[in-house]
Amino acid sequence: MSRIFVRGVGAVSPAGWGVSSLRSALERRHPLPAQPLPRPGRVQPHWARAVPQPQPRPDFLRHARLRRCSPITHYAVAAALEAIGDDLASVQEGCLRLGILVCTMAGCVNYSRRFWEETLRDPATASPVLFPETVFNAPASHVAACLGSTAASHTLVGDEGVFLQGLAVGANWLLGRRADACVVIGAGEVDWVVAEALHLFDRQAIHSDGAGAVYLLPGDPRAGGVELAGITDAHSLAAGQTRGGALRRMRSELPAPSPTEVLFLSATTAGRYGAAERGAWTDWTGPRVATKDVLGEAFVASSAWQCVAACDGLLRREFTAATVSVMGSTQQAIGARFVLSPRTSTP
Amino acid sequence: MLFPPLESPREPLRVVITGAGVVTPLGLGWHANAEGFRRGRSSVRPVTLFEVARQRVKTAAEVDLPEALPRSNLSPRQAGRLDRAGKLLLLAAHEAWRQAGWEPSEQLPVVLGTTGGGMSLGQDYYRQALQDPFRQRGQPRRIVHYQAQRQGLDLCDDFGFRGPVTIIANACASGANAIGHAWELLRRGGAERALAGGYDALCQLIFAGFDSLQALSPTLCRPFDTDRDGLSLGEGAAVLTLETLPYASRRGAEILGEIIGYGTANDTHHLTQPQPDGDAALAAMTAACATARVTPDQVDYLNAHGTGTPLNDHAEALAINRWAGASTHRLRVSSTKACIGHLLGAAGAVETVVCLMALREQWLPPETTLTTADPICRFEVLRVPVEARVEVTLTNSFGFGGANAALLLRRWA
Repeated sequence: MSRIFVRGVGAVSPAGWGVSSLRSALERRHPLPAQPLPRPGRVQPHWARAVPQPQPRPDFLRHARLRRCSPITHYAVAAALEAIGDDLASVQEGCLRLGILVCTMAGCVNYSRRFWEETLRDPATASPVLFPETVFNAPASHVAACLGSTAASHTLVGDEGVFLQGLAVGANWLLGRRADACVVIGAGEVDWVVAEALHLFDRQAIHSDGAGAVYLLPGDPRAGGVELAGITDAHSLAAGQTRGGALRRMRSELPAPSPTEVLFLSATTAGRYGAAERGAWTDWTGPRVATKDVLGEAFVASSAWQCVAACDGLLRREFTAATVSVMGSTQQAIGARFVLSPRTSTP
Repeated sequence: MLFPPLESPREPLRVVITGAGVVTPLGLGWHANAEGFRRGRSSVRPVTLFEVARQRVKTAAEVDLPEALPRSNLSPRQAGRLDRAGKLLLLAAHEAWRQAGWEPSEQLPVVLGTTGGGMSLGQDYYRQALQDPFRQRGQPRRIVHYQAQRQGLDLCDDFGFRGPVTIIANACASGANAIGHAWELLRRGGAERALAGGYDALCQLIFAGFDSLQALSPTLCRPFDTDRDGLSLGEGAAVLTLETLPYASRRGAEILGEIIGYGTANDTHHLTQPQPDGDAALAAMTAACATARVTPDQVDYLNAHGTGTPLNDHAEALAINRWAGASTHRLRVSSTKACIGHLLGAAGAVETVVCLMALREQWLPPETTLTTADPICRFEVLRVPVEARVEVTLTNSFGFGGANAALLLRRWA
């Protein structure tokens, strides 16, 4: 059986457009500044860490499909393009069947809110331009069109853990030869509706947005590289299973702690909300990174950034193994492990 | 582990259906629906669920929900929090589960397709946030329960297992993709059984959206008719219990039918319009046949996506003509959306159950709203009930955004 390797990563985050911006922000370890997010009907705004405008504006945003779409699509396309890199030409020439998985929680919430606002005002005049962009799989459709891929494309919806589910689906597509390569994207966008919803559950969290993408290819292990070593089962918060129980089961599927392995947590380093996850990893002896401390809460984009940061460190040979732990807000605990496999011989 | 998979079987395993639950505007359960589909009964009527006075179109196909849900493991508090979509899903799941005679096990994959999840709760959340900005009562519950994964978790809670839950939101192909995804999981040995299906409930936001696009028919939904003028929206759910053949055989399960092929393709032409020649539809049908090693002339009935919109039906008809080739004129086709409207994320799952009914009971569902078939259709569009020998069926599902899926089923004899 061939194995699955990470051949590229991409990111758009409040730190900027590109993985290098994400990396720099995580290295500095200082929370990025938050901006006020006006809330209609209230004087007091919410606060958010939004993606800054790209400088200069990238050429790909001129694509006809991207003129009127929600920001989540811009982020998803940008992250995918960065992750795929030079393989884009092979996709567009039809030589590489690229599977696309877009994972999200709230989807195109900007357009959903605007369309619903218009409908509440007067359904007879609600805009037909907005409605198609409210559909969950609009970003996946635009990504496929921009990349020129007609192979399998799915939109998966769920909590933060759905990005890791997406990685597993993509890897299994490759093993089953449904696609020759696969890009898995996690994305979300800032909106006051979401910021307010988050605030109801966690008053310390700051809403943020963006996307992360991981590009997977099957490969010969002798060639080495960053390998997707495993994704645990998705341990659902169902049938009486608590967060602690789900996390314990997730951990039991991952190798024992190692002082050289880096842990990328979905929990922040303080605060009540991440306590269960932090508690599940108290015996971890290696370094740990809490991406949300710096970037804020972007739901599925957050778990995508965890994986992107892990794979980026491995691709740059900063460490040799990384574990990603995700305790989702409503659905599941799930983990992933990536390792740097050395090149052993010419495949 | 979701990945890497356990040692895969040398040959893909056969996957069979041992339970099917269905809820549509035609009624609750297999028998009510079989009777309605067999006669081609239309269930489109004036909308009562929300205000439509300012909409261009004022009809849809609503489900008459029962007063009470089946006996369940949900606490009264959980049951009281179910929204309309969640109730539809559980009703269908209970029927499938009972029919299969399943017992819960700790890990049992659930793969569901939906477009809106609990969207009606999302609407309520937003309405309150806008109209009463400082009132928070009920808002946390609405946030949690509008999310599609919550309905999947409610299903797990109801039957006493822990998933994992996978939600596919590929617009109108979601239900077919969910069943196809579960089929692939089982055939390569990733699990021995799975619950798969689709569900969606009518809600104002989606209704207003289709109305704004002028995609809704102001008259009657008439797929493949020369005078077709749009779709009707509906609601419902269908759930299948899928098992590998060795697993079903070991436990002596009654087998209802076999899924033998699944194909997908992506149409990049436009967000809301299909490529005019139906290239992606053709690719999905061809891929399904390739996995099943079946040729178009072996397909006895095709349940078309057939929304009744001018563009979809034109592209799909061309795709079917191209796919069926020399056997086109012998192919029997209908779209059951003429009976129940477009069920969006549930459509592909319900239409798979319709195919299963045709295979089990040896009839083909007609489109009684059809007056004159579009001459572009070189196949027979069924307009009256037909009894027929049915061995293999194909069902098409195409979604907004270009997700195309086709599923092939075979009679279990």
